[in-house]
Amino acid sequence: MSKKRQFFPRQVVEAGGNRWDWALLPIVLSIFVLIAYGSQQMVRPYEVGQALPLSLDPSYLPYYLLRTTLRMFIALGASVVFACVFAALTTKYKLAEKVLVPMLDILQSIPILGFLSITVTAFIALFPGSLLGVECAAIFAIFTSQAWNMAFSAYQGFRTVPAELSEAASVFQLSGWQRFWRLELPFAMPGLLWNMMMSMSGGWFFVVASEAISVSGQDIKLPGIGSYIAMAIAQSDMGAIGWAIGAMLVGVLMYDQLFFRPLLAWADKFRFEETGSDTAQQSWLLTWLRRTERTQAIVEWFGNMLSRSIALFRLGHDGTSIRARRDKPSLVPQRVWDAVIAAVVFYALWSLGHFIRTEVGWTEVGHVFVLGLYTLARVIILLALASLVWVPVGVWIGMNPRWASRTQAVAQFLAAFPTNLVFPVAVVLIVRYHLNPDIWLSPLMILGTQWYLLFNVIAGASTIPTELRHAAKNFGLAGWLKWRRYLLPAIFPSFVTGAITATGGSWNAAIVAECVSWGSTTLRAHGIGSYIQEMTTAGDFPRIALGIGIMCVFVMGFNHFVWRRLYTMAESRLHF
Amino acid sequence: MSTPIVELKSVGKHFRGADGSARAVLEGVDFTLHEGEIVALLGQSGSGKSTMLRIMAGLIQADEGQVLYRGMPLYGTARGIRMVFQSFALFPWLTVQKNVELGLEAQGMPAEERAERAEKVIDLIGLSGFEGALPRELSGGMRQRVGIARALVMEPEVLLMDEAFSALDVLTGERLREEILELWQSGQIPTKAILVVSHNIEEAVMMADRVLIFASDPGRVRAELPISLPQPRKAEGPEVRQLIDKVYELMTAGAGRRGLISEKEVKLQLGDRLPQADIAHMEGIVELLSEEPFSGRADLPQLAEETELTDAELLEVLNGLILLGFAYLTNGDILLTDLGGRYAAANNTERQEIFGKQLLEHVPLIAYICHGLEQDKSGDLPEDLFLKLLRFTLSEEEAERALRVAIEWGRYGDLFEYNFNTGVIQSSEEDEEDEI
Repeated sequence: MSKKRQFFPRQVVEAGGNRWDWALLPIVLSIFVLIAYGSQQMVRPYEVGQALPLSLDPSYLPYYLLRTTLRMFIALGASVVFACVFAALTTKYKLAEKVLVPMLDILQSIPILGFLSITVTAFIALFPGSLLGVECAAIFAIFTSQAWNMAFSAYQGFRTVPAELSEAASVFQLSGWQRFWRLELPFAMPGLLWNMMMSMSGGWFFVVASEAISVSGQDIKLPGIGSYIAMAIAQSDMGAIGWAIGAMLVGVLMYDQLFFRPLLAWADKFRFEETGSDTAQQSWLLTWLRRTERTQAIVEWFGNMLSRSIALFRLGHDGTSIRARRDKPSLVPQRVWDAVIAAVVFYALWSLGHFIRTEVGWTEVGHVFVLGLYTLARVIILLALASLVWVPVGVWIGMNPRWASRTQAVAQFLAAFPTNLVFPVAVVLIVRYHLNPDIWLSPLMILGTQWYLLFNVIAGASTIPTELRHAAKNFGLAGWLKWRRYLLPAIFPSFVTGAITATGGSWNAAIVAECVSWGSTTLRAHGIGSYIQEMTTAGDFPRIALGIGIMCVFVMGFNHFVWRRLYTMAESRLHF
Repeated sequence: MSTPIVELKSVGKHFRGADGSARAVLEGVDFTLHEGEIVALLGQSGSGKSTMLRIMAGLIQADEGQVLYRGMPLYGTARGIRMVFQSFALFPWLTVQKNVELGLEAQGMPAEERAERAEKVIDLIGLSGFEGALPRELSGGMRQRVGIARALVMEPEVLLMDEAFSALDVLTGERLREEILELWQSGQIPTKAILVVSHNIEEAVMMADRVLIFASDPGRVRAELPISLPQPRKAEGPEVRQLIDKVYELMTAGAGRRGLISEKEVKLQLGDRLPQADIAHMEGIVELLSEEPFSGRADLPQLAEETELTDAELLEVLNGLILLGFAYLTNGDILLTDLGGRYAAANNTERQEIFGKQLLEHVPLIAYICHGLEQDKSGDLPEDLFLKLLRFTLSEEEAERALRVAIEWGRYGDLFEYNFNTGVIQSSEEDEEDEI
C-alpha cells in the first residue's frame, strides 16, 4: 500500500503552522455576518409608494456600500452562471447557436437603462409586499451591464478549445459534465475572468441609475451608494458627493484586493501557453489563504464535491455499445427550425411596422434617427480626440517598462471609477460660463471609457518585440515615418480592441451623459441618449422602445461595418 | 495467426466538396491489427493515415465499411483503445498526476485507487518526482512521457500513437521510442498491440513488425512490408539500412499518381493538390545533388540524412522537383535532369526564369492563373476565384494550401504578384503598390 501523496504549491508546504488561521478567522466571520445582515435587509416588507429612509449622513455610507456591493456580486454571480450555461448550450447544440448568438449580439447593443425601464414593473409584481422585487429589478439592471460580454467570452473560449485536447477528452471518455469542468471551463477561464473585471467596472457606472429608479412616475430609491449619489445631486450637496467618491474608492479597492487579485493569481494556471512566463499575477490574499489550513480544508471540500460529481456523471457506455452510435445528421429538424425562425422574424417585422404606424408614426422615427446621427457624430469625434491624446501617451508609457505596469493598474482603476460623479462639476462649469451643452456635455460620454483605449495601447506597445525595437533604432526610423511604418501598425490590434470597448461604453454612457442635472438645473444635449432618458422619465413605453431600437441599430451597424472589419484585418496580418 | 483485435473491413471516408459531391479521403481500407504486434503506418501527406488512426480510435466514424473491435462494431471511443498525441494534448491546468489520472477519474474510480495506479505508471515511465509539476514546467520529452503515461495507466489493449515523437528533437524522440520498446518487450505493460502513425521511415522500421505504406488521393493501403528482424535493432546495421532503402522505394514506386512522387510520369491536373515544397529547400536540394559526393544521383536515405529534413518534408520537395522536371526517380534513387543541372549552374535571375518557364509548362493551376491575368483588362484577379475552383476537387484546407504554394512558386518564377492585404493576384508588369 502506498502512502497518500498530495502536492501543494511550495509556499503552503514551507509556511506551515496554524497562526494564519487565527488571523483569518475574524475576517471570515465578519464577512459572513455582513452578508447575512445585508441580505436580510433586502427582503424587508415594502409597498410601492412607501418612502425608504435615506440619509446623506456619511456614517451611513459603509452600510450603503455593503448593500451596493452585495447587489453587484449577486449580479456578477448570475452573470457567471448565465455565461456558462450560454456557452455550454451554444457549443453543444447547433440549433441553439443559430438563435442565441445573434440574440446576444442584439442584447449587447441595447442600452442598459433600457432594460430597467421595461422590467421594473414586472419585477415589482413578482414579489408583492416585499422589497425583493425592487431589489431584483436593480440587480437585473446591473446584470444586464455585466452578462453579455462575459457570455461572449465564454462562448469564444468553449469554441476555441484546441482540437487535440478535445480529442484527448474523447479518447479518455469524458462525459459532457466532466468535459465541462475539466476542459472547457478551465480553457475559457482567463478570458472569462478578464471580462468579469471589465463587467464589474462597467457595473459601477450604472449603479446610480439602477438604484434610484424613476420610471413612469415611480420614484424608488433603494439604500445604496447609487441612491446616495442621486440624492446628493438632487440636493446639490457637493460635500456628500465627495464622501460618495471616497466610499466608492474604498469599495473598488476592496473588491480588487479581496476578490479579483486572488482570483487572477489563482487563475494563472489556466493560461494556455504551455511555456512559463514571469508576468504572473501576485496576490497577498491568495498566498495568505493558501497558507491557512482551515481555508485549505474548505477548498478541498469543494474539490471533493466536484470530484464526486465528476464520478457521478460519468459516461455509462463504451464505444462498442449501441448507445455510442451517432445517428446520421438529419436535415429535417434543422429545416423545421429554420422555418420557425423565419416565421418569427416575419411576424416581428409585421408587428414592428404595425407598431410604428399606430404608436409613434414615421416622422418620429425619422426624428429619432437624426438624433442618433448626432450621438454617432459625438462618439466618433470624441474617440478621434481621445486617440490623438492617448495613443502617443500610451506608446510612450508602454515603451518604458518601468512605467508600464504601474500606469496600467492606475488606468484600469480609472476605468472602474464611475464618472457620473464628476457630472455635477460639468454642470456647474457649463452654467457658470454659459457654454453650449450640445458641445460641452459630450466629453462626459468618453470620460469613463477613454481609459480602455489607454491601457490597451500601453499593453500593445509593451509587447512590441525587442528585436523589432532594435531594428527600428538601427535603421534610424524617426518622425512621421517611424509612426507610420513601425509604431502605429505595431499597436493597431490592441488599439482596435480598446476602441471597440470604448465606443461600446460611450454609447451606453450617452443616455446618462446627454442629460445631466445638478439640483434644480438640468442640462440637455440633442441626441438619442437624452431622448431615451426623457421618455423614460415620462414613462412613454412606445417611445422608449423606439429610442432603444434605433440606438441598437446604430451600435450594431457600427460594430458590423467598422469594428468587425478592422478587427479581422488586425487579426489576420497586423500581429507578431 | 494470432487473434485479431481491431479489424477494418473496406473502410471509406469522404468529405463534401464545394459542389456537394463526395471526395474520398480513404477508400477500401482493409486492415487487421493482431495481438502481439506493432504496426507502423507510413505515407505521404494527404494519404489519410491520420484519418485511419482516428477511425480506429473511434473519434471519427467511417462512412463505408465496418470497424470491429473484438468482433463488436465500434461506434465511439472504447475503453481498450487509447491514444498518444503528436502535440501531447495535456491539460495545462492539471498537474502531471492529475493528467495521468484523467481517464481513471472519468471512469469514477476512487481517489486512493487512482493515485496508486497513477504512481505505478509514473514510476514505470520515469516521471517520479514530477507528479506535482504543471505541464508547462516540463520539457517536450517529459511532456510526451506524461502523454504516454496517461494512456498506459488505462491499461489499454491497443495503444495508438499519432506521430508521437515527431514534435520532439531527434535525440529525445529516439530515447523515448527505445523506452517504449523495452516496456513492450519486457511485458511490463498489458498492451497487446501498438499502432504507430509516423512520417519517419527509420522510426517505423526500427519499431514495427509490419509496415503499411499508404497511397494518396484517395488514401488506401499500397503495400505491406513484414519486418522480422529481432529487437533490439541497430539503426546502423546493414539489415535496417536495406529495409529503409526498400521502404523509400515502395513509397516512391508503384502506380503513378498525379502530383505525387513516382517513377511513372502522370500529368498533373488543374484541380490537384500541389506538393508543399519550399522554394529554398528545392534550390538547396538541386545544388546538393549537383555537387560532390552525389554528382547528380542520390540514394534517398542518404539524401535525407544529408539534408536533415524529415522524410515527409523531403518527399514533398522531391515531388516538387520531379513535377517541374528538375529531377526523376529510378529504383529509389533520385537523379538530376539536364535542366536540373542547368538550374544549379545558373545565377539567380536565370534560375527564376527557368523556374517560371517550367511552372507554365507543368503546373496547370499556375498556367491557368497566368492565362486569366492576360485575359483580364485590369490585370488583377481576386484569389477567391481560384479558391472556389480548387474547392470543387479539394477540401477547404487543401485548396487553400494548393493556392498558397501556387502563389509562392509563381512569385518566385516572376509570373505574377500577389497582394496579401487585398487578396488579389496581379500580373507582374504592373508597378507594385505600397500599402501598410
